[in-house]
Amino acid sequence: MTSADYIHHHLTNLHTGQGFWSVNWDTLIIGWILAALLIVTGWRIGRRLEQGAPKGVQNLLESAVEFVSTQVSEIFDGRDPLVGPVALTIFVWVFLMNAMDMLPADLLPMLAGAAGVPHLKAVPTTDLGTTAGLALGVFLLVLHANLKVKGVGGYLKTFLFHPFGKWLMPINIVMTLIEEISRPLSLALRLFGNMFAGELVFLLIALLPWWIGWVPGSLWAIFHILVITLQAFIFMLLSIVYLSMAHRTEHD
Amino acid sequence: MNLTVTLFGQMITFAVLVWFVRRVLWEPLTALMADRSRRIEDGLTAAERGRHQEELARAQATKLIREAKSKAAEILAQAEERRAEIAEEARREAVQERARVLAAATAEIDHKTAQARERLRAELGGLVIEGARRVLGAEIDGARHGALIDTMTGAL
Repeated sequence: MTSADYIHHHLTNLHTGQGFWSVNWDTLIIGWILAALLIVTGWRIGRRLEQGAPKGVQNLLESAVEFVSTQVSEIFDGRDPLVGPVALTIFVWVFLMNAMDMLPADLLPMLAGAAGVPHLKAVPTTDLGTTAGLALGVFLLVLHANLKVKGVGGYLKTFLFHPFGKWLMPINIVMTLIEEISRPLSLALRLFGNMFAGELVFLLIALLPWWIGWVPGSLWAIFHILVITLQAFIFMLLSIVYLSMAHRTEHD
Repeated sequence: MNLTVTLFGQMITFAVLVWFVRRVLWEPLTALMADRSRRIEDGLTAAERGRHQEELARAQATKLIREAKSKAAEILAQAEERRAEIAEEARREAVQERARVLAAATAEIDHKTAQARERLRAELGGLVIEGARRVLGAEIDGARHGALIDTMTGAL
């Protein structure tokens, strides 16, 4: 097996179907497993919350909630009970999916191979489907907030009179359209690009001889702890910012 | 690495997860934390109030102790005074008693002396008469000279 084959193998999803209509089962299933992990943990903790000093997992979850809550209250000035849960979900779920990158690059594919599964991409956020799905979800929420706060007419008006006033209406339409579309696009591509590149670097390191591979491997893994956290944080923060902007009625 | 229909699967997962996180994590935990921070605030207020009350109680206790001390001193002074009074009274009574006993004893002595003198006088009269009779034989008649003898013994 050549190096190119190795990398190509590792970057191929377990999929059925062709082209756009192919379903990447590994992305979906690992995403579900991580979501289920969050659900089960949250459910077990949520059933018996400690009113006093929190311990263990509850403490961890409370820290996450408090962290996200602080960000939301600092950025978001509207009133929407969904923003906090959305931000928390993005942060934790993206973090968990990113964290799959911390497992040895070959571990899950080899186990899957032993079980007869030909391909397995362990990190769901290295699949554009995941990042675009999240970004599209945020986009729909932003759209919904825009329509709810500004009304259909008010929202369409921002396309006409923003950002240059009524005399440059055609340019305004183009500019606002680009602005609206570039947000989910940049959200999706930023996370995808970072995680994909990170995974690729791990694969390249895995191709090094065994007696030297651990040096760059360890360094990159340590650096990557920062990257996975930071990317989850950025995705969450930008989602809050976009939602907050959608809730603002008068910009100028 | 193309965009595939996986996108919609992940969107649905995301939507379900948001719903769940909101119901089971976000709402209970934020409520719990708000509740806890309120309780901590209450606790701090209560502690502050308790500290204040303790200060007041301490001041009150100090005042009470000072009062008790002055009262005790007063009682001691009164007791001292009373003791002196009692001692004085006792002394006075003792003096009176001594005087009384002395007077009684003196009276007794005087009485006994008078009695003895009376008896002596009577005996002496008898003895004088007896002696005179013996000297003078039947010269002196007791019946006749009785008044004279009485006068003599009375002069004794």
